[in-house]
Amino acid sequence: MLKLPVYLDNNATTPCDPRVVEAMLPYFTEQFGNAASRNHPFGWQAEEGVDYAREQVAKLIGADPKEIIFTSGATEADNLGIKGVFEMYASKGNHIITATTEHKAVLDTCKHIEKVGGEVTYLTVKADGLIDLKELEAAIKPNTILISIMYGNNEIGVIQPIREISALAKKNGVLFFTDATQAVGKIPVDVIKDGIDLMAFSAHKMYGPKGVGALYVRRKNPRVKVTAQMDGGGHERAMRSGTLNVPGIVGFGKACELAFLEMDEEARRLSKLRDKLETELLKIEEAYVNGNREHRLPHVANISFKHVEGEGLLMGFNKNIALSSGSACTSASLEPSYVLKALGLGDDLAHSSLRFGLGRFTTEEQIDYTIEQISTTVLKLREMSPLWEMYKEGIDLNSIEWAAH
Amino acid sequence: MAYSDKVIDHYQNPKNVGTLDKSKKNVGTGLVGAPECGDVMRLQIEVDEAGVISDAKFKTFGCGSAIASSSLATEWLKGKSVDQALAIDNMEIVEELNLPPVKIHCSVLAEDAIKAAINDYRQKNGLEQIKFEESVVH
Repeated sequence: MLKLPVYLDNNATTPCDPRVVEAMLPYFTEQFGNAASRNHPFGWQAEEGVDYAREQVAKLIGADPKEIIFTSGATEADNLGIKGVFEMYASKGNHIITATTEHKAVLDTCKHIEKVGGEVTYLTVKADGLIDLKELEAAIKPNTILISIMYGNNEIGVIQPIREISALAKKNGVLFFTDATQAVGKIPVDVIKDGIDLMAFSAHKMYGPKGVGALYVRRKNPRVKVTAQMDGGGHERAMRSGTLNVPGIVGFGKACELAFLEMDEEARRLSKLRDKLETELLKIEEAYVNGNREHRLPHVANISFKHVEGEGLLMGFNKNIALSSGSACTSASLEPSYVLKALGLGDDLAHSSLRFGLGRFTTEEQIDYTIEQISTTVLKLREMSPLWEMYKEGIDLNSIEWAAH
Repeated sequence: MAYSDKVIDHYQNPKNVGTLDKSKKNVGTGLVGAPECGDVMRLQIEVDEAGVISDAKFKTFGCGSAIASSSLATEWLKGKSVDQALAIDNMEIVEELNLPPVKIHCSVLAEDAIKAAINDYRQKNGLEQIKFEESVVH
């Protein structure tokens, strides 16, 4: 049976899995202690809950529990990882390499670093969204201390060549940080096999609660240190002060355990549904997939429908289908998606894109419904699109002098 | 951001979508906006011998508010004289559709489209172009 509304914005956030909520509940009421209270059972219980969660989280990414630093989310972990390395390794150098398609939490952190005397290289990406490894290698300099490249992109789902990047970093004695917020819990991420030195990720993208995330900080080969960005009680091995969000952390742990157990099957199911969605929507004339289709997260698709504006398109069904668009109108800024523009998409195509993020609770009926709704709306809006009419008349839209505004 | 009922209604049942024969002397066409900016409006008027707008059509590439603004504009244009049409102010569209501040540029675009269509009509009929102040909102 079709369940409405359909939620296809799982890259923005995921619902909590009921099993996660269940695991968290006792930690709000009975086991409410402060995990740092060492003198009574309330504290011990909370600490036990945190320790167990730390093991669950570490297991999912092939890490040692001691290498997990709990934070308030991926944004904080990005800040701590990048700024923390920049400050800790100041004597070694001040140059960081990242890419233009990174999440704002990384890009704006790098902008901050430039303001405080750091040097940042922003690699451009190829038309399919992947970075060029040769360009990366060429960008490494004697004063380079960190490479920050995301695992899977939040808008187009493209998975970067993580192992090749980490090998380059290692070869040049540079640390490798990755924002893996969209990848952890969706595809196998193994910090040892992938050669990752620092990694940010978050609970609420993998059916855990909001407000909790982690920074993985490698302890061996090499031992990595970061300078704390918040002063206080010295929690989390003095890297992140602040009373631990015990219920959140317990939920995060449970979410990681579930992902560990169910990820493979879930990825298979979702990629099948995603492929169906994509195949059907590409039957619409002038519809294009953005980003590399092979190296891609299994639950993500980003499609442009030429000559139809994204927000206008969403309005056709946004009561029943929750989706996000790369169009400017949907956000506070007036610029269309910088990620799509970084792929070399014209502003017009960037304005015409929809981002699909399937999830654990997405059903095939919902995908069928989505295909039908979108197809109908695209056709309807093209009937009222002057650009579509011109395109059909064979007019080159680039030949028109548009009134700049 | 929630849309007003009027915007939703125009979006779902747009009035006067279509194309007039732009080769006709009594048809004026205004094409404003740019694909890069995410909105393009084409508004056309057909003027009868008495100088009254007998028909108006639009096609818009843009968000729901842009579609609604142009749909409303065509409704208002029909039956008005060209001079009356010139007096349509974007703020009237904002009020009628309850557009939030971030969508005011949609109404400006609609006003620009009306003026561009009128100027095209005037030019075709040997009349002087009216100079408008450049819109500043977007």
